[in-house]
Amino acid sequence: MAEMDTSGGGGHKKGPGVKKSKKLSTRVDLTPMVDLGFLLITFFIFTTTMSQPTAMKLILPKDTEKPEEQNKVKESGALSLLLGKNNAVYYYEGTLAPDGSNFKSTNYKEIRNVIIDKKKSTNPEDFVVVIKPGPESTYKNTVDILDEMTINEVKRYAMVDLFPIERQMMVATEGGGPMPTAPAPAATAPAAK
Amino acid sequence: MPKVKLPRKSTSVDMTAMCDVAFLLLSFFILTTKFKPAEALAVTTPKSVSTNPAEQKDVVMITMDSKGKIYFSVSDDAPEEKQTIIDEVNQQKALGLSDADKKAFIRSGSYIGVPFSQIKSYLALSSDQLQKLDKPGIPVDSANNELQVWVRAAYAAFQGSKMKLLIKGDNEAKYPSFKGVIDALKRNEIFKFQMITDPEGVPPGTALYQKNNGPSQPAAK
Repeated sequence: MAEMDTSGGGGHKKGPGVKKSKKLSTRVDLTPMVDLGFLLITFFIFTTTMSQPTAMKLILPKDTEKPEEQNKVKESGALSLLLGKNNAVYYYEGTLAPDGSNFKSTNYKEIRNVIIDKKKSTNPEDFVVVIKPGPESTYKNTVDILDEMTINEVKRYAMVDLFPIERQMMVATEGGGPMPTAPAPAATAPAAK
Repeated sequence: MPKVKLPRKSTSVDMTAMCDVAFLLLSFFILTTKFKPAEALAVTTPKSVSTNPAEQKDVVMITMDSKGKIYFSVSDDAPEEKQTIIDEVNQQKALGLSDADKKAFIRSGSYIGVPFSQIKSYLALSSDQLQKLDKPGIPVDSANNELQVWVRAAYAAFQGSKMKLLIKGDNEAKYPSFKGVIDALKRNEIFKFQMITDPEGVPPGTALYQKNNGPSQPAAK
């Protein structure tokens, strides 16, 4: 296949005095070419971005001041998730006890079990997750938690700002610096680490 | 007894067929590869289990970089809307932009990353200079939420055709900047938007996993 027919036409014989020239093979060694081909294939396979970026839908509720339009949350069915810095998650069920006894800390791996357990133990009608991202939490944390809502099929969830008391509790748990008296406008503050 | 003479066979294989296959595959990959356009803003998006692909047309994109700075851009397939947006903002904020400045915004791949006070000098820069410039980002704090103005102008410009609002945030961006973006949208009565993420597998055993795979799957936990 990779050679050419160089035998000339028919059985034409040269004269007796003519020296028979040696036929050179035209067969080409294709191995390097195949090597090169596969090298390039590998390159293109690795550089191809097969996965298109996906989009996650988020629909916000309208902010309203009127109490009759606000959604009521039953205390028994509420689970508050507080997103802290360095990928920490804090949570409590119902309302926060004044002494902080029900304020627990966890991480993004364990939070799924917390949500599942709470979901199982409460009436589906009442179950609502309140997400409170702290000023030190990252965008990734927020998306991860919203994703967790999708994964665990939590139908009702809300994104709310931190209360000052929760912020203090969070800072106290994280240890380190003095308690801020007001929520720090941490947009420009570098992460203390 | 005479020895059986085994004919010596050549060990060289005909490579032609393999070569053909290799180059066929090569041409396939060359043709299907879509190189990522050189992105002016380096953003690593978080992962999510969401499966619907991100929109590509008529996109208004709000980008958050790793430092939490906000950028505003409009996809290149809508030059008329871009013109409307910059005209509207120019008029509303009395920026005094020249036609050349406006052209700089309409130019493909442009994005806004400065407050209104700097926008005139910002639009005069070439794209090389823009790369080097340390951009402060669009302010989104509650006292001075300039993103709100941009979003309102975009919303007005895309009236009629549907505007797709995408938020592309970096993993490291802090929540307050995201909140600033949400506030800017809320004040414009936009409550629906999408966040660009990378796809990720659904963890097995969870409620969504069971829903996708049918109830016959045994729960892992």
